[in-house]
Amino acid sequence: MTGQRGGIPGSKLLRWGKRLLWANMFFSFFFLYAPIVILVAFSFNDSRLGARWAGFTLKWYGQMLESEAIRIAVRNSLFVAFVSTAISTVLGTMTAIAMERFRFPFRRTYDGILYLPVIIPDIVMAISLLAFFSLSLGWMNNLFGLQGTSSLRPGLTTVIIAHVAFNISFVAIVVRTSLRELDPDFEEAAQDLGADEWTTFRRIILPLIMPGILGGALLAFTLSLDDFVITFFTTGPGGTTLPIEVFGRIRRSISPEINAISTVMLLASMLLVVVSQFVQRRGSTGV
Amino acid sequence: MTARRKSLLAILLGPGAFWITLFFLIPLVLVVVYSFLERRSGGGVLWSFSLDAYVKLFSPTGDTLINDFMMILLRSLWWAALTSFVCLIIGYPLAFFIALQPPSHRTAYLFFVLIPFWTNFLVRTYAWKFILNNNGLLNNLLQALGMKRIALINTPTAVLIGLVYGSLPFMVLPLYASIEKLDFDLVEAAQDLGANYVRVFSRVILPLTMPGIVAGIVLVFIPVSGQYIVPTILGGGKVAMLGNLLAQQFGPALNWPFGSAIAVVFMALLMVGVIFYLRGDAREEEVGL
Repeated sequence: MTGQRGGIPGSKLLRWGKRLLWANMFFSFFFLYAPIVILVAFSFNDSRLGARWAGFTLKWYGQMLESEAIRIAVRNSLFVAFVSTAISTVLGTMTAIAMERFRFPFRRTYDGILYLPVIIPDIVMAISLLAFFSLSLGWMNNLFGLQGTSSLRPGLTTVIIAHVAFNISFVAIVVRTSLRELDPDFEEAAQDLGADEWTTFRRIILPLIMPGILGGALLAFTLSLDDFVITFFTTGPGGTTLPIEVFGRIRRSISPEINAISTVMLLASMLLVVVSQFVQRRGSTGV
Repeated sequence: MTARRKSLLAILLGPGAFWITLFFLIPLVLVVVYSFLERRSGGGVLWSFSLDAYVKLFSPTGDTLINDFMMILLRSLWWAALTSFVCLIIGYPLAFFIALQPPSHRTAYLFFVLIPFWTNFLVRTYAWKFILNNNGLLNNLLQALGMKRIALINTPTAVLIGLVYGSLPFMVLPLYASIEKLDFDLVEAAQDLGANYVRVFSRVILPLTMPGIVAGIVLVFIPVSGQYIVPTILGGGKVAMLGNLLAQQFGPALNWPFGSAIAVVFMALLMVGVIFYLRGDAREEEVGL
């Protein structure tokens, strides 16, 4: 098939078409990467005003490391990401198995519902959770007679709940793909050899879909770490995550310190992509 | 199904379904309910039925039929359409280019499309603010070249650049998936039968890659129409989109029923749009086959 691709008869039009494809490719990658490269480069710029080069410095990174607010925000972000990933990976994987290996009434409907958190604009989910938490926390405070500082308020817990609510769907979608690609012969063979359902799951299915589960978990972790909109509307005092902190700084001013924080965040994300690619590749050679 | 299998299903499905119902579906229903309630001045709602929010959204102001709120809603949808279109124009040839490369190179190209997709959206939008700002990189560059500075930040242009920038990977990935599956024997067959390049593209390549185009447009259009970060950072509150409107009503304006009504109308328009769009696509595919 690849031989034929090169074999499309040449003509002036086709040559020009190919040139345009190359030009568009260069433009696209320039468009995608130039802002990122500029951002990183200017994080080393020795000028408070930012956009004029005044020599190399690492002082913005130093300032970033010394900032108490940043330290707290990073800790909060990692805490939210780890907890919400753990919960959503377990619940998402269980949901995926139920959807792929069972028949039940309203399965199609639930299938549709599962895709909703993925496609719904995040601002809508954010305001709906704001309304929900404000109402339910108010009820609970009334019910338990909580007032003042002891009352229940939005914070990291509500953020985690919200992140799990969208991440279950993402994990379920990724794990379902690897369940669908799994050869049913493996399961049948195991059961023919006398393994019960639990043993088949633990010894056969789970190891084979592990790359899918890890891929789903990494996606959930990244989405949680990166989320701004839903966190912004569900968090409260003391619940500042890194994107919230960065957003506040961006709105206040432009400073090279934000470039430094951004660079570190970019590096962390890229590390996650590399890890996820590695996990997926190992998965595909393993089966 | 045996009783054992039934309880197994309940254990597997139950916790996830509980979470999604309580923390996703019920909040959405709550927004619908709130949109029919009365405003409470300190935020939140009064539990009595009212159509005020919808009346406010649909009533004309002065001599214009559409008021400012409705205008922002419609503008967000229009910009989402524009963004989808621009992403398609850039993304289709890019996906096509990648699909034409030898398999070993394809992975590398896709990897580079994927990286921005995984990196923090806020940070990538900030990068554009850094470039487009009044004393940002672009203007410094223009000045150094002896040209006039241009005011780009807080304009629709800046917002649209940010929207396209953030959405491009979402367009390229589904397009690539469908172009990669394209059977180039069919292209050759069409050429052998005398079709020129334009005809081959419009009659063979385009219909066969339509599922990717449809998926790409849905993946770009929906998130963009509800964007909050880009219009806030690159529009600076002067170029508002629906996301800003919702944030304002639930935040400083403290009119929750009105915010809810906007969200309900927005979701209804999206739903109707997507259903019609996907149905139209299904028909096209039937014809195509």
